[in-house]
Amino acid sequence: MSEEKKNNRRDFIFTASYALGAVGVGAAVWPLVDQMNPDASVKALASTEVDISALEVGQSITVLWRGKPVFIRRRTNEEITKAKNVKLEDLPHPETDEDRTKNNPEWLVMLGVCTHLGCVPLGDKGEYGGWFCPCHGSHYDTSGRIRKGPAPTNMEIPKYEFVDSNTIKIG
Amino acid sequence: MSDHNYTPKSKFGKWFNDRLPLLSLANHLTDYPTPKNLNYWWTFGGILTFCLITQIITGLILAMHYIAHADLAFESVEHIMRNVNYGWLIRYVHANGASMFFLAVYIHIFRSLYYGSYKAPREIIWILGMIIYVLMMAAAFMGYVLPWGQMSFWGATVITNLFSAIPLVGESIVTWLWGGYSVDNPTLTRFFSLHYLIPFLILGLVVLHIWALHVPGNNNPIGIDLKKPSNDTVPFHPYIVVKDLFALLLFLIVFAFFVFYSPNILGHADNYIEANPMVTPAHIVPEWYLLPFYAILRSVPDKLLGVVAMFAAIFVLVILPWLDTSKVRSAIFRPLYKQFYWFLVADVLILGYVGAMPAEGLYLLVARVATAYYFLHFLVILPVLGLKEKTLEVPLSLTEPVLGGSPNEAMARSKKEF
Repeated sequence: MSEEKKNNRRDFIFTASYALGAVGVGAAVWPLVDQMNPDASVKALASTEVDISALEVGQSITVLWRGKPVFIRRRTNEEITKAKNVKLEDLPHPETDEDRTKNNPEWLVMLGVCTHLGCVPLGDKGEYGGWFCPCHGSHYDTSGRIRKGPAPTNMEIPKYEFVDSNTIKIG
Repeated sequence: MSDHNYTPKSKFGKWFNDRLPLLSLANHLTDYPTPKNLNYWWTFGGILTFCLITQIITGLILAMHYIAHADLAFESVEHIMRNVNYGWLIRYVHANGASMFFLAVYIHIFRSLYYGSYKAPREIIWILGMIIYVLMMAAAFMGYVLPWGQMSFWGATVITNLFSAIPLVGESIVTWLWGGYSVDNPTLTRFFSLHYLIPFLILGLVVLHIWALHVPGNNNPIGIDLKKPSNDTVPFHPYIVVKDLFALLLFLIVFAFFVFYSPNILGHADNYIEANPMVTPAHIVPEWYLLPFYAILRSVPDKLLGVVAMFAAIFVLVILPWLDTSKVRSAIFRPLYKQFYWFLVADVLILGYVGAMPAEGLYLLVARVATAYYFLHFLVILPVLGLKEKTLEVPLSLTEPVLGGSPNEAMARSKKEF
């Protein structure tokens, strides 16, 4: 009986030391892991302002934001109508064109990064008149929504706002 | 092993060996009894050791001239090619050396598959080999990123994005791998650091691989357990050493052909264009040795399942010793397995071919059939075959079929199981 009791007390000390040791090792390892996350200088480049005054209807530009291309497209009426006429049931990732353009249908601002494995899709291409990714064959429509191919979701809309009528701030 | 009896002849040797038994180790390695029937497919272990040492030495030199920075890396590689004395030679040996390393490792792996070298009691050797293989792929992938050309950049983007398929934490993992929001300078510098580290991890694993090999000794083309030492074995030195060196010379002819006559044929022309995050090349193709896995990835239309299938293709190899239920090791005595083995070889070659082609139409269909067959081979055919196949009679020793002599008792006993 007394021996069993001794063992239990020792077990408790062992468990407590293991637990404390694990916490200590975890605390020591975390900085070694976290150093690989984006550093302060990378985070500092979080927003960028773009002058869009030169863009005519039907033109688009690509700017670099956080090392990734952002497509800014001034869409034609035809493209807008085409995007709005799509039924939500037909979309693998249902989003309305209004939501994607923040009720300013002329301007489409989105990350030019295919949601499959990160390639840059080509404009005015593909079966839906929008974008086509050459890497693994994903087709996007004029609203940048995935229609066909391996990409799981629509191209991402970054956080952006119109600073004035000629300037967009991304990020 | 017979090392225990070894005593160095000189007094100093004995003094030293009592304190650090390096001479015993050297004696073990020279006297190591090796099956006398090993064929030339068994020389690739030595060739692979040579490849690893070559990559380490040339890599060490390249690191003296290379600059791991997104703005300077591409130029520093051209600097190596044009300005550094013999820089072109050292870089071409390193770049083609990676391909030669994979060529040799694939022959080495398929040799093991044919002669059943992965089976008991050699499972640990096989698993260590698979870990080395995965590390080789990681090292090769990161090394390909370092020149910071278009294929470097977009290959890195596509492969790191594989991890974004993981539910919930995928995006955070990718950001963590990149050290930013896209492949950029922080990605390049960490890849350089890891690319430098991995060969030394491989070297350590190679020591374990050989250590584990020296416990049961080599398998052999007949695939039977041999009595060691006996008249079925020869000492490693000089017999195997000389044979390995001769095979290495033949291998070096192929190696030299690539280095001196077509140093860029295994690479991709787009990698001589500096990395540009705004433009993706029309065809992103990995290096040839990764193509079968790339084909498996692309043959599945779902992002997550595609990634799972690709990693599963490697994992089925790791558990192969338990998937193959046959007690007979060598394909020589397994008439059906021998055929399925060649089907698998063809299947992997087809996967490699369609992996280099665009993922559409007939190519995609072929890739899907070949992917299905790959898994069928390991998960269905091998387990069933081991139970159903009628194997041929296995000899008791290497000399038995010729002389009828020297059967070893262990084989005679286990033969009843076949």
